Amino acid sequence: MTEAFVFDAVRTPRGKGKKDGSLHEVTPVHLLGTLFHALQERNHLDTTQVDDVVLGCVTPVGEQGADIARTAVLYAGWAENVPGVTQSRFCASGLESVNLAAMKVMSGQEDLVVAGGVESMSRWAMGSDGGAWAMDPRVNHQLGFAPQGIGADLIATLEGFSRDDVDGFAVRSQQRAAKARDAGHFRKSVVPVKDLNGMTVLDHDEYIRPDTTVDGLSTLKPSFEQMGQMGFDATALRKYTTIEKINHVHHAGNSSGIVDGASLTLIGSRDKGKALGLKPRGRIRSVAVVGSEPTIMLTGIAPAAQKALKKAGMNVKDIDLFEINEAFAAVVLKAVRALDIDLDRVNVNGGAIALGHPLGATGAMILGTALDELERSNKSTALISLCVGAGMGIATIIERV
Amino acid sequence: MNHQTQPSAVNFAQDADGIVTLTLDMPGRSMNVLNPELTGPFAEALKRIESDAGIKGVIITSGKKEFLAGADIEGIFAMKEPAAAYRLAEEYKGFLRRIELCGRPVVAALNGTALGGGLEMAMACHYRIAIDNPKAKFGLPEVKLGLLPGGGGTQRLPRLIGIQASLPLMLEGKELRPDQAKQQGILNELVKDRDELLARAKAWCLANPKPVQPWDDKKFKWPGGDSKSPANAQMWAIAPSMADAKSYGNYPALTNIMSCVFEGGIVDFDTGCRVESRYFADLVVSQVSKNMIGSLWFQLNAINKGKSRPEGFDKSTVKKLGILGAGMMGAGIAYVSAKAGMDVVLLDTSQEAAEKGKSYSAGLLDKAIKKGRETAAGKSALLERIRATTEFKDLEGCDLVIEAVFEDRAIKADVTKKTEAVIPSTAVFASNTSTLPITGMAQASVRPDQFIGLHFFSPVDKMPLVEIIVGAKTSKATLAKGFDYVQQIKKTPIVVNDSRGFYTSRAFATYIMEGMALLLDGQHPRSIEMAGLQAGMPVGPLALHDEVSLSLSMHVMEQTRKDFAAEGRAYVGHPGEAVMVKMAKELDRPGKKAGKGFYEYPANGQKSIWPELTRHFPLSKQQMSQQEMMERLMFAQANEAARCYEEKVVMTVADANIGSIFGWGFAPHQGGALQYINAYGVARFVKRAEELAAKYGPRFKPAAVLLDMAGSGKTFA
Repeated sequence: MTEAFVFDAVRTPRGKGKKDGSLHEVTPVHLLGTLFHALQERNHLDTTQVDDVVLGCVTPVGEQGADIARTAVLYAGWAENVPGVTQSRFCASGLESVNLAAMKVMSGQEDLVVAGGVESMSRWAMGSDGGAWAMDPRVNHQLGFAPQGIGADLIATLEGFSRDDVDGFAVRSQQRAAKARDAGHFRKSVVPVKDLNGMTVLDHDEYIRPDTTVDGLSTLKPSFEQMGQMGFDATALRKYTTIEKINHVHHAGNSSGIVDGASLTLIGSRDKGKALGLKPRGRIRSVAVVGSEPTIMLTGIAPAAQKALKKAGMNVKDIDLFEINEAFAAVVLKAVRALDIDLDRVNVNGGAIALGHPLGATGAMILGTALDELERSNKSTALISLCVGAGMGIATIIERV
Repeated sequence: MNHQTQPSAVNFAQDADGIVTLTLDMPGRSMNVLNPELTGPFAEALKRIESDAGIKGVIITSGKKEFLAGADIEGIFAMKEPAAAYRLAEEYKGFLRRIELCGRPVVAALNGTALGGGLEMAMACHYRIAIDNPKAKFGLPEVKLGLLPGGGGTQRLPRLIGIQASLPLMLEGKELRPDQAKQQGILNELVKDRDELLARAKAWCLANPKPVQPWDDKKFKWPGGDSKSPANAQMWAIAPSMADAKSYGNYPALTNIMSCVFEGGIVDFDTGCRVESRYFADLVVSQVSKNMIGSLWFQLNAINKGKSRPEGFDKSTVKKLGILGAGMMGAGIAYVSAKAGMDVVLLDTSQEAAEKGKSYSAGLLDKAIKKGRETAAGKSALLERIRATTEFKDLEGCDLVIEAVFEDRAIKADVTKKTEAVIPSTAVFASNTSTLPITGMAQASVRPDQFIGLHFFSPVDKMPLVEIIVGAKTSKATLAKGFDYVQQIKKTPIVVNDSRGFYTSRAFATYIMEGMALLLDGQHPRSIEMAGLQAGMPVGPLALHDEVSLSLSMHVMEQTRKDFAAEGRAYVGHPGEAVMVKMAKELDRPGKKAGKGFYEYPANGQKSIWPELTRHFPLSKQQMSQQEMMERLMFAQANEAARCYEEKVVMTVADANIGSIFGWGFAPHQGGALQYINAYGVARFVKRAEELAAKYGPRFKPAAVLLDMAGSGKTFA
């Protein structure tokens, strides 16, 4: 089987996903265009050599709709022969792009693939694409639909994580992200977003709140308590029969931030890299996705990680660094407990609680963050994993070359 | 111009202005219902209207007191093929569609109640006028029988009043008064009487020669938005959770109604109607609707028509009622009886206690006044009918006396004697005991043939059932009088024979006992409770036991043991009793009243399971599936009900089913404790009961009657 290598990884900074966010004035296709240009320039890439572009986008409506991958390829002025496909595996879409690209290369059918994702959450609100899962009452009833925050609070309740535990984890994320940004750890991957005049719109992750404290967070109201009491808690409790009520501990301060952003990676075979003068930075050891119970929804990380480890013939001890998407604080704490790993090796540069989670782009972003960190700290292996809506999990294991 | 030689269900009358009045008036029936007897002539009338250009408008009204009650339940109950149910819905909708597309104004002149198919017909008319009679009801109550409005109701109502306003009406089957229906936008106009009704209807026809239904207007906009609007999309995300929080997913009609409205809010009217017919057909053939219609319609109607009342006795009424004991039960009985217009003597050992019992009625009436359901005058009139006393002589002239004193044979015997000394020789004496055999108590009576059991349920003002217990010497005349009294207070009577715990207490006890047995088997207490709720019971078995109090159960058990010893019979206890003894005696947690039982009851908060419970009843490593626990809880009750039927404690299937649902809240979607066995399949039930007996003990051995039935392929009918 052909091996798949990561030659490069770029991303935009993450802008606050609201009206007052810096990237709200930038179209999602322009976020991608910025990265296509950067990828081309950094790698002196002959774009005719790219076999496909796989992008994740979770709310593919409006200006993010209608296969934004192909649109962005053409918008960026890449060769016409480069096709593009847009997919959604909810929050894992960015990493799904990487995994699909890797599998395309491994299969030998394609040699060079761009993988990444985009989400302008400030322009196209999460959930605005509808979906039978939530909006069709029949499907909703059958699947036991409850919003993710209910699942996160349910995890905290089942695992006994207190409000202090999850707030403490959130503060840790903020501190590490601020430190990493200030130390320039993100500089290698982050491409400033400029307007059509070449004026910089945003060149750094703007969502981070370095001054966050547990005391400060303790004043925030739980976000999911009210909707839980309206009926979603009951739906969850019918499946998790050993608890009487859900302890609602999550709020905006310990959940992933709503942000705008995009990411791209360049993935290909060793031979193709050689032919084009591309330097392999990491090798993709294995990839995995799993389905898990959909009401709690967010417990797929450990089983996906185990599946990927097994495929690679590795165990958790062989992994130097973990990037686990901080959808909610309890999700990471639960995954750490389930995998029996040391928190010190997890999200060493912070995560989505501090930096934000641009749904379709995050997976490829944190793969890049992990790769940068392996190089910076001279380590070898990383496992990247995200929990996924409707009860799924995804994992990718990379090894620095 | 009426050529019919025999009376038709639809009277066709055309006036000089070309306005036709169609009067629905089915011969030989007190109510109009939608069956071929009505729809046949209706179709003919429609054809005539469509083909006669001289007709300028149509008024549809009824010759009965009410407009149109709804669908032909018998026909629907008999349907087994979804295709037939689909056709039925499509045919009726076809009629209604022709009404609104006939090119002439059609006005529904609603002289009285229009429910279900009746309201659906009204909504197919271009304009709806009703007589403002507060007793008239308008609604789509199909959900209460496990069905949905299949005559376009799920399509017209939301297009008329909006998706969010229409859902509760269909999901809860709410029935509205005329003023409420007008306020909601279902009715266009209210009038004071029939003359005005017909005059206004005609005037509207003449003023609106070419009306178009909103949904047939090209510029139609959904009030409050269609299913795609953001506000509705958000509502759809939580609506199933809100419904399931109460129904535990046991009522497919809820999901199907939501599907009709949701999908109807995406597609056009005619497509939405076809979608509705498909979901309707699915419900018609569903086991749940068969269960509910069988019990809550046919069996309940049979009971209310006096199926269990002995024949040959004139209907009696109680004018003056005596109640002994003004506690919780006595006070409740006083209220419902005074409300039914009886003079009530409420007697207790102290005037203070008697007055306290009377004040219970005042409290209930104050609440009703707050909700606008009672007036100050009504309150004082009712309270005037209740006389609180300590004097037995005040019982003079009572037609019926009900004792609700402490469950002690000696006390009961004493008050029986004192009462019989003053009441007329024709009066009936009733005991509200829930546990003591009636035959034994009747020994204290000088007129044991006029002694009967009337077992009320707490709280009396809310619980719809009274279990009538016939002692060995109770006469048929006495039974008839007891039956009439129960109907007089607007409750549902079931008739049972004297036996320990009678029917309801005995079968109900198996539920709470099995809950305790599960706890003893190391199952998680919360999972046990959830299993009860998921099975369709209103409260989990442990919480319910806290409510009735473990000390009461202890008392019953001890009494039973004593009686068995006295009779020289061997007492075989239930394994759950060990839990009860430990809780009530050793751990001093007798239930909710004491503030501590299986649950803790914080003063200002929700109850929660006592955290120490799993220390005293450690969790087993083998946690059963919810399904397994649900079956244990339901089989225990259903099997006991079958034993009661076998022993002729309960004599009719109707009494057994309705008694179970109304008496102790047995899962209504199952249609009652015996219908549960029918629906499960008698042979399958027997096989599963034997499996459960092998695993968990002989209490699950199927009742002998079930073995016979399984062998001969019979069901409870």
